[in-house]
Amino acid sequence: MDRTSPAAAAMLMYRRDLLLAFRHWDQVAQPVVFFAMVTTLFPLAISPELGELRQLAGGVLWVAALLAALLGLEFLFRADHADGTLEQMLLSGQPIALLAIAKGAAHWTVCGLPLVLVSPLLAISLGVPAAALCTVMLSLALGTGILSALGAIGAALTLGLRRGSMLLSLLVLPLAMPALIFGARAIDLAIQGDAARGPLLLLAAMLVLVLTLAPLAIGSALRISAE
Amino acid sequence: MLRGVSIDAAAGDCVHVAGPNGSGKTTLLRVIAGLLTPEQGSVTWHGRPIAADRDAYSGSFSYLGHSDGLKPEFTAHENLAYEVGLRRKLGASSIDETLARVGLTQSRDQPARSLSAGQRRRLAMARVLLTAAPLWILDEPFTNLDNAGMNFLSEVIAQHLEAGGAAMLATHQPPAIPRHAVCRLDLA
Repeated sequence: MDRTSPAAAAMLMYRRDLLLAFRHWDQVAQPVVFFAMVTTLFPLAISPELGELRQLAGGVLWVAALLAALLGLEFLFRADHADGTLEQMLLSGQPIALLAIAKGAAHWTVCGLPLVLVSPLLAISLGVPAAALCTVMLSLALGTGILSALGAIGAALTLGLRRGSMLLSLLVLPLAMPALIFGARAIDLAIQGDAARGPLLLLAAMLVLVLTLAPLAIGSALRISAE
Repeated sequence: MLRGVSIDAAAGDCVHVAGPNGSGKTTLLRVIAGLLTPEQGSVTWHGRPIAADRDAYSGSFSYLGHSDGLKPEFTAHENLAYEVGLRRKLGASSIDETLARVGLTQSRDQPARSLSAGQRRRLAMARVLLTAAPLWILDEPFTNLDNAGMNFLSEVIAQHLEAGGAAMLATHQPPAIPRHAVCRLDLA
């Protein structure tokens, strides 16, 4: 029998999850719409004065992105669990940690990447100068990656629970706080015209750390949840 | 739940796990598949505990559980391409041949959610066939199948045994596998 290599299996899993996501357009659009709506509510609630908004922009963008990225997390493994395909995945003979990376990557592509892509527009509406837009995108790219990995652990752990979304937020948000602090700080520094390299490097280090450890944790959590 | 259960299957063996509802048939099959870890006792494959190399063991059997393990959004063809593709490389025509074998050629491009329960069971069986694993672990495989489907499945299991495979089935009715004696394990 000609076995599929682990890399090919991970690629197939990534393509499968993307195809599934694009058959549920509402789920794909939900985080971006939420992100856009929350950030546009702030000028209405606080002040249309760009100077004031600029001071809050880093925090607003990051909190809105964090909550938007949380929205899709609950569905990461739930449908697979319900229809039995998760069992088949666990029994596929492929390293489950690798398949978990592929699923997390697909989730980021569908939920995290669109947030990064629309963030410059929303940042401009909050008075962020054009020179800081790169930092906005980079910090959110790193941050949504961290959140996808952390969130996948939470989603795998709460899989067997009927209403796991509350617990999922409680599990994931405290772990994401360091990323929020450094991410928002990076944007603030860039808005003031200072170098944002330090916080961005810390964010990148956090991403490397969660990408290294999360797949093993997700794999173990999925095995426990499938029992 | 399971105490004092000992079971041994060699190539060409068909084991029928029998027992009333709640006697642990599904639990036993899930333990054998490695989805549940027993508190005591062990499961071995070729003399080695399955926990020693879980991925290699998983690659050597095909499991059909209570749920069909199909994505409702995917067509019959996509379901097989993605689910079996994770395990082995598939030839260009192998999926269509298997769909024809289980009588689902007409439903090739239909989403799984629009198939009847019996057709979904046939599609799940197509996955087992395509996986081409030596051991089949089938939990209530005859559920929702019509008479023709049941006869077909029995014949397919017989052919699998003749090709040197082994099968474990949990069913309420004793399975009639053509040309083969079935070893019965009663959990009552």
